Amino acid sequence: MNDLVVENLSLGFGGVMALRDVSFHVDPGEIFAIIGPNGAGKSTIFNAISRVYDPRGGAIRYGGQDVLKRKPWQVVELGIARTFQNIELFEKATVLDNLLVGRAARIRTGWLSEWFFTPRVRAEERAHRRRIEEILDLLDMQHYRYERVADLAYGARKNVELARALCAEPTLLLLDEPASGLNPEETTDMSFWLKDIRAELGVTIAMVEHDMNLVGRVADRCMALANGEVLAVGSVAEVRSDARVQTAYLGGEL
Amino acid sequence: MQVLFKTRYDQDIDHLTDRGERIRVGLAIMAALLAPLFVGAFYLTELSMFLVYILAGLGLMVLTGFTGQVSFGHSAFLGIGAYGNAVLMHQGLPFVLSLPLAALLAGLTGMAIGRAVSRMHGFYLAIATVAFAIIVETGIAAWTPVTGGHMGLQVPTMELFGFELTREWQQYYVILALVLFAILGIANLRRAPTGRAMIAVRDSETSARALGVDIGRTRILAFFISATLTGLAGGLLGHLLMYMSPETFGVNESLKLVLMVIVGGLGTITGAIFGAVFVSILPNIIHLLRGVLPQSIADAAGLEQLLFGGIIAAFLVLEPDGLFGRWRKFRMFLETYPYYKRATFVRQKRYLRTERFK
Repeated sequence: MNDLVVENLSLGFGGVMALRDVSFHVDPGEIFAIIGPNGAGKSTIFNAISRVYDPRGGAIRYGGQDVLKRKPWQVVELGIARTFQNIELFEKATVLDNLLVGRAARIRTGWLSEWFFTPRVRAEERAHRRRIEEILDLLDMQHYRYERVADLAYGARKNVELARALCAEPTLLLLDEPASGLNPEETTDMSFWLKDIRAELGVTIAMVEHDMNLVGRVADRCMALANGEVLAVGSVAEVRSDARVQTAYLGGEL
Repeated sequence: MQVLFKTRYDQDIDHLTDRGERIRVGLAIMAALLAPLFVGAFYLTELSMFLVYILAGLGLMVLTGFTGQVSFGHSAFLGIGAYGNAVLMHQGLPFVLSLPLAALLAGLTGMAIGRAVSRMHGFYLAIATVAFAIIVETGIAAWTPVTGGHMGLQVPTMELFGFELTREWQQYYVILALVLFAILGIANLRRAPTGRAMIAVRDSETSARALGVDIGRTRILAFFISATLTGLAGGLLGHLLMYMSPETFGVNESLKLVLMVIVGGLGTITGAIFGAVFVSILPNIIHLLRGVLPQSIADAAGLEQLLFGGIIAAFLVLEPDGLFGRWRKFRMFLETYPYYKRATFVRQKRYLRTERFK
């Protein structure tokens, strides 16, 4: 079973503890949301899973495999792909090239055969392209195929990043604020896509999100975080009515 | 206005799917092949020199244009290629072996440097590569028993399987063949996963890593390919110069290559070629300018450097896409006439990106 288990994760920068004993799990096929005020450590959890930061203690396992034993570029081989809060696309390349980089973990040809562009390289290229067209169809973005990312609007870039993560054929998708900067209409589209992605591709989704409407609409379970500590885990309604979560958002004594 | 209607994935994979482009490239190759029939010995050597600079520029383009790693140390790879080739030939190795071996030596040195600087970016990388260039130049000068030191080194004549290539056109064709081989190879890499990984490393290391690109390996590979090509160019350059000393491969030469790729247009193969045209023609333009300018200015020392620097600065400010970028815009203007809008190419603001995990 491909479930994500995070146990007693602690992570600090110098004297600042960004995460303290954070434990949670994401079940296969669920949409799991992480919420919390700014600086709570939400993105830091994702950055620990994708090995951008080294935690001080704790364990992260995905499908029984120790994520922390992997090099940063090997995490995707476990089936974990992610997007970034501040959009990290390859700006001067076309959308197509961006998506093709999404296949990086599945490249089976060496640079020397690519130098001569052997028939096998061509066959592989066609196969990757076919897969990418499926993702483009799913997200309804065929018309962006040849656009340079630098020429796209913000909302479109968000979608390209989502598509690129899907091109890696992940089983778990980590989305860092998929709806930030999107208008209400685009946010509605995003909520449909997230459900489509789970239904059609069978991908588990964990997301950091501030938009409680989106969270309420799509998330099965939700975790609230503040100051690096878990406040509550449960259904969205439960978390929303939790007294500690309300104090964290609205202020007051904990 | 031409619309390319695509019906197969291969149309995105193949080279030169645009008809006009196919014609232009075909004409350029034809002209290069027929040049020895129409051009005298002196200009043929100049043309060979121009081709060698294309090759060296392509090498730097792989590193700086594709992976975004600045190098002011490429004169060192030229030097290693040139001296490696000449020394091996003096040892009795045939040209067909000495040239690839010298290029490989440059490539392996490049790989070692790439490994050493694998965590450096921008300014620090530039300084490290300058230091490397100075070390290699000094090293060549100091290793007198092998390289002849400041006395210089005679380069043996190019030969193929015991057949001496003394005539200019013979050398020209050898060089042209190698340049075409390099262009085709780089164009192939550019459309394959390795080339895309390089672009990915240039534009966002963070997400490239998260998608499964091994950043360190990609950067070192870029150094290897880049240094090998530049080393190859160095070996050929030695034959054209016939006699060389360590100063031939000073930091100035690195600067020339960097200027080439910037003025030509970073990140494109055509950019390297345009850049080579530019650095080859510029001295002639300056020579012509001397005739028009008032005596006192024309005779002033450093006029060349001043113009050179001024043109580079102008490019960086006004046209960062280089000559090739300018050409693309002009073509777009013709293709879409009368619908062309200036705004098509207005530089857009960049959205905030994560710089903190570099």
